[in-house]
Amino acid sequence: MRKVVSAKAGFTVWAVIVFGFLYLPILVMALFAFNKPSAAALANYSGTNFCSLPPDKIGNIAVWNGFTTCWFSAGLHDQTYIPAIITSAEIAAIAAVIATVLGLCAALALARMSPRARIPFDILVYLTLVVPEIVIAVASLIFFVQARVVVPIFPPLGFWTILFAQVVFNASLSMLIIRARFVGMGDTLEEAAYDLGSGPLSTFRQVTLPRLTPAIVAAALLSFTFSFDDYVVPAFVNGTTNTWPIVLYSAVRFGITPAVNALATIMLLVTALAVVVTAVVLRRSRAKTSVGAGANRGGLGALIGL
Amino acid sequence: MVTSVSPADPEAPPGKRRGRSFRPRYPAWLVLPSLAYEVVFFLGAMAILVAFSVAKETGFNQITYGFSLDQYKAVFDPLTLSIFTRTLYMAGIGSVLTIVVGYPIAYWMARYLTTYKMLALLLIIVPFWTSFLIRTYALKIILDSQGFLSKTLGIDILYKPAAVGVGLVYNYLPLFILPVFASLERMDWSLIEAAADLTARPFRAFWDITFRLTLPGIVTGALLVFIPMTGEYIIPAILSGGKYEFVGNVIGDTFNEAQNPPFGSALAISLMIALSVFVFVYIYFATKEERFGA
Repeated sequence: MRKVVSAKAGFTVWAVIVFGFLYLPILVMALFAFNKPSAAALANYSGTNFCSLPPDKIGNIAVWNGFTTCWFSAGLHDQTYIPAIITSAEIAAIAAVIATVLGLCAALALARMSPRARIPFDILVYLTLVVPEIVIAVASLIFFVQARVVVPIFPPLGFWTILFAQVVFNASLSMLIIRARFVGMGDTLEEAAYDLGSGPLSTFRQVTLPRLTPAIVAAALLSFTFSFDDYVVPAFVNGTTNTWPIVLYSAVRFGITPAVNALATIMLLVTALAVVVTAVVLRRSRAKTSVGAGANRGGLGALIGL
Repeated sequence: MVTSVSPADPEAPPGKRRGRSFRPRYPAWLVLPSLAYEVVFFLGAMAILVAFSVAKETGFNQITYGFSLDQYKAVFDPLTLSIFTRTLYMAGIGSVLTIVVGYPIAYWMARYLTTYKMLALLLIIVPFWTSFLIRTYALKIILDSQGFLSKTLGIDILYKPAAVGVGLVYNYLPLFILPVFASLERMDWSLIEAAADLTARPFRAFWDITFRLTLPGIVTGALLVFIPMTGEYIIPAILSGGKYEFVGNVIGDTFNEAQNPPFGSALAISLMIALSVFVFVYIYFATKEERFGA
């Protein structure tokens, strides 16, 4: 018994260290949102709001210079960051909807297909997930440029091409998440619905869809997250469109202010709030339609497709 | 919450399926939109990438389709090859470190946690809600030679390979932990009790049972981090200050700065060929796990 306890303690210590490692950069990010420009930079500055200083005039901000909250308002009024965040959110939202619908349809058809028929499609799906992103990015760039040469109505590099390229990965991911749940549910309830005279459409609406909701929400949220946070693909197919990761990357490479940290901190808090609300809503709606809801899995597990 | 409805149980034994005559199915054509999309935007893009890699360069930024292996010969240039080896080597080290750091965490969550299992899972995922770029930038602040770590502990690794290694493990750790945790969750822990009853020592029981049963999960998890690591672009760019570039950075440069898409395409295809073994192993294990009811 002693041995078991000590092994557990050892693992717990390791877990604490690793979680510390995972969260340290996030804490640093939030902490440095309150960082002042360096003393030397402040000495040269005569205005009233030092958070309006450009990146090349704020000195070294990788060290702690003192506490201020003004970066939050500077960030929220920024003329580059805010439009980029909005563009990213729009692309991610549309990409998530398209990817989830494509994934849902494919999952429904594939889940109960014979393995021989579905394995070629499976291989295609896994390929889209494991091909390194840089390869997809440059391939998409060439493809979109050539597509516009051949088909003049094809959109130029920008908003839509970013979206098209991102849906490739997201649709595959959504399909896998939704199918895992669909296969796990078994088909007994659909069978019962058919036995009771329900047609395919009403069975889908009344039996399948409600039980798949957690997986669908999970797929949509994950697609949104991946799309919103994606740098590599947009960096190549963006044309002149700026997304949030693109402006972030150039900020990190060529000059950053704590306003970026402030915006990232706000977004983390908003995301956390949104996820908590989603989890609570899912749990409630599931309590109502708890028939075969797989109650041993909380809303959280469903959110990541486990 | 109703827990007694067994059909909904994701862990229901897959063997108990009935004959297929009564199985309600959704029509197979529902797969078509998704299939068409992937064929056009994925296979189409890959096909044109291959076409570009064997195209002939006829002047600045001008190409003619044809068949020439010149670009592939250029890939075998010693400098390019050394970048390839460095990329595979760093990604290999990164993956091994990720396994060493991550497996105990997945094991700890599956074996010892009950009430807080979902919380731990959530804590693994939350870092994903902060931009990858911001987290990598924050790592840069932490590793900065003027920063806390360097001043107090004398650890000054920024712009060195070790910093890239830290960045790789940091960013890919959750991606490894999640699938391995899932496979540990599916394991029947009573097997360990049985082994203990039969006087097996804990490590022996772990090695012969837990490790073997979760090996497919470990392999898929490791490949799921190794393959994208080889195509990594952001981490080497930010944490090595451009000094230890990966193949991905070179591919990016050929399109952005050097304006030599055919060479970039050949590099990308070469990367895919170098990775193909790993990709096939990954797909084999992933589809296999799926077939046995993931």
